[in-house]
Amino acid sequence: MLAILAQADKTFFLPPARSTVAGLHDGLYNFVLWMSVIWLVLIAGLMVYFVIKYRRKSPNDKPVGPTHSTAIELGWTLPPLILVMVIFVWGFRGFLQMNQAPNGAYQVIVSASKWNWAFTYGRGEKDSVLHVPVDTPISLVLTSSDVIHSFYVPEFRIKRDVVPGRYNKTWFQATEIGEYNLFCAEYCGQQHSQMITKVVVESRDDFLAYLEERGKWWEGKSPVEVGQTVWNDNGCKQCHSVEDADGTGPKWNDVFGAERKFADGTTRIADEDYIRDSILNPGKNVVQGFDNVMPTSQGQIKDPEITGVIEYLKSISKNFDGQLLEPFPVTVPAEDGGTPGAQE
Amino acid sequence: MSVIQDPVNAGVTSGQQEPGGTNYINHSKGALSWLLTLDHKRIGLMYMVMVLAAFLLGGSFAVALRTLLFLRAAPDVAPMTPASQDLYNQFFTLHGAILVFMFIIPAVPAILGNMILPLMLGAKDVAFPRLNLLSWYCYMAGGGFFLYVLLSGGLDTGWTFYTPYSTSTNTSVAAATLGAFVLGFSSILTGLNFIATIHMLRPPGMGWFQMPLFLWALYATSVIQVLATPVLAITLLLLFAERVLHVGIFDPALGGDPVLFQHFFWFYSHPAVYIMILPAMGIISELMATFCRRQIFGYSFIAFSSIAIALLGFLVWGHHMYTTQSAMANAVFSLITFSVAIPSAIKVFNWLATMYKGSISLATPMLYSLAFIWLFTIGGLTGVFLGSLSLDIMAHDTTFVVAHFHSVMVGSMLTAFLGGMYYWWPKMFGKMYNETVAKVAWFLIFIGFNLTFFVLFVAGSQGMPRRYADFLPEFAIYHKISTVGSYVLAIGLFLVLYNWIHSLLAGRKAPQNPWGGNTLEWHTSSPPPHENFIEEPFVSEPYQMHAWDYDESIDGYVFNRARAEELEKQGHH
Repeated sequence: MLAILAQADKTFFLPPARSTVAGLHDGLYNFVLWMSVIWLVLIAGLMVYFVIKYRRKSPNDKPVGPTHSTAIELGWTLPPLILVMVIFVWGFRGFLQMNQAPNGAYQVIVSASKWNWAFTYGRGEKDSVLHVPVDTPISLVLTSSDVIHSFYVPEFRIKRDVVPGRYNKTWFQATEIGEYNLFCAEYCGQQHSQMITKVVVESRDDFLAYLEERGKWWEGKSPVEVGQTVWNDNGCKQCHSVEDADGTGPKWNDVFGAERKFADGTTRIADEDYIRDSILNPGKNVVQGFDNVMPTSQGQIKDPEITGVIEYLKSISKNFDGQLLEPFPVTVPAEDGGTPGAQE
Repeated sequence: MSVIQDPVNAGVTSGQQEPGGTNYINHSKGALSWLLTLDHKRIGLMYMVMVLAAFLLGGSFAVALRTLLFLRAAPDVAPMTPASQDLYNQFFTLHGAILVFMFIIPAVPAILGNMILPLMLGAKDVAFPRLNLLSWYCYMAGGGFFLYVLLSGGLDTGWTFYTPYSTSTNTSVAAATLGAFVLGFSSILTGLNFIATIHMLRPPGMGWFQMPLFLWALYATSVIQVLATPVLAITLLLLFAERVLHVGIFDPALGGDPVLFQHFFWFYSHPAVYIMILPAMGIISELMATFCRRQIFGYSFIAFSSIAIALLGFLVWGHHMYTTQSAMANAVFSLITFSVAIPSAIKVFNWLATMYKGSISLATPMLYSLAFIWLFTIGGLTGVFLGSLSLDIMAHDTTFVVAHFHSVMVGSMLTAFLGGMYYWWPKMFGKMYNETVAKVAWFLIFIGFNLTFFVLFVAGSQGMPRRYADFLPEFAIYHKISTVGSYVLAIGLFLVLYNWIHSLLAGRKAPQNPWGGNTLEWHTSSPPPHENFIEEPFVSEPYQMHAWDYDESIDGYVFNRARAEELEKQGHH
């Protein structure tokens, strides 16, 4: 039902308008579009008319037409000049509104890296999908940990480059509940075209519930589950397959406990420290046959998540035969007739 | 080997009789007579061979990348893998880099400019023939670097080499930047030569405002080449230094600023857009006058608009960075960008006014100028979208931008180049081409181009980002249509190539002046003799064509000198 509504005002040229500034854009777009159509028809029409009316009768024609007229030159310079000045002012005013977040906008940090988006909220909640409440101004602070990316949501009519080494800002206010595509618009290498995620616009209550859940999302989950979710949500899976196929990065299955051979010829057994190193300092040990393209996750990943990844890697490795970190057994043998252990 | 002894005096030539009616092509024989030639026409021909080869190569990458996108519409056939993404990224990069640096920038000045500019001045050669030959060798050396790039891991940065991606990828960025650096010298040398030639070698009686408009356009182009290209050279050297020596200039990891690179890069590359389009506009002015068989309307407005575009072109580079830079900078760049629209519009109106009360022939070159006006108008009007700040935020880095600049750089520049090639072909080779085949090819190119890029305007407006190896299902239909269009375009272009080769092998002998033009190149034989003119040509108003009478027996025009002198007297009252 929502999907149908979201498609309702899609036009031949433009996607649905779903932010408060989209109308500013679309008004000018349609004005310039129709102005262009009129000019094009006028110019092409005259061209065709002249070709027919003044077609060559004889190769010896000696046509004499006007060769100059300052009045005519100035006359036809004026209308386009006025038109483009109107369009300039219109576009600039729209841009200022698109550029300047209103006071009190709710802030979200957007971290881009090859080829993954991460969104961080006020209390450190993190996700790879952007959740925002509807009808609320959202201000975005954009950072990149490697190359230039660009934050682009067509339905909101906004785009802003994400440049390493500086904080760029933009904002939007979504007007309807729904899911929208969020693209990377600045070419960033191999998987540029896969760097797409979603903006989920939801009611205020749903958003609050979402934050609550994201805040301690790993609570109540086993470390293996936590690791698998990190793999899925933090963009690891873009490059690291768990199904026995190398991608941009090495596959993850059967890595733990195996001997890793590096570009410089050295080797190391993939133990807990190695995994931690690879997450926080990926350039340190680049496996032979792969490029040093992975960005660091320093400051973006929490210890319980790293532990989870390590346990997850153990769980999918045939080279690991130890015991996984698991919840303490529910039933514990009683001692001296005292009270039994934790039972929920 | 032939040597121009005194290029400074070459403009005032008494002509030197060639024995047995030889021309510049058969004047001397052997590979060295070409490789060491100082003859501007032979250098133009050698440029033509290499630039067309680059066009074939770069164009093939375009067809290849469109084919990959077509296959993406059927994911079962071509599953997305890191390898197939790399392939796509390489294709679009090589397509852009080869066609920008090795085709669009040199095509008109180096081929047609070299060929025609001295002839239009009634001169024996350009002012510095040795520099001219050196520029060809720079082009060859730059091409060598690009060939090395192709064989050594390719390039995946996009033709724009944006940092810090370009300093971190492991493809052959260093070789490609050196290649572009060396190609830049080829461009600078040609520009210098043209400026000097136009200043020094105009014949008596040809003031600045009696010059053909093609020369005004080449002059404006040359000024940009000489002033802007060094900035690209410096930028590429800095990029090279950062990649090879790890000096932090653009990479934030080394303490640099990636946006600085964009400023430097576009400070050259936006004026470079005018290096591409200005000479094309010059060709259109020539074609319009000749095929309407009348004086061009608004000569001085067309001439000055070339200069205005060249100067304003230096002040708009920031419009490539609306999504990065400050609001104030955006406002200034947007305003100046709109002001460039005006001289471009003035040109279009003047060409249309030239058709008014003309005697319009629909020979192939004229068909190309009509296609030019259609596509240039589309390119210009969609530029109004992109110049506008709020619209550009949405359209930036989508296929809308791709379609816009292809309308200008390919739609307009390529159609003008092809029109110019057909127009001067009889002069260059002394052979006519098959008019019917030429018209069929024109039709395919026109239809193919519009089909390829119209849908990309729509896809971009809908939010399809550019440089995407893959796309969401809702964009499949646009990519399918666009690919079909690119095939039609490619077939048309191959038909052009076939027609040209056929003309060289079996074309009918061309008359001196098949179209009735009055610029000085039509006052010498086709092809011209080694030193261009046997006797000094009659210099008059460049577009006073009424002294030329059509002679059916040669299917060409014959000059009536007595009438020319009379018309010249009337012209001066």
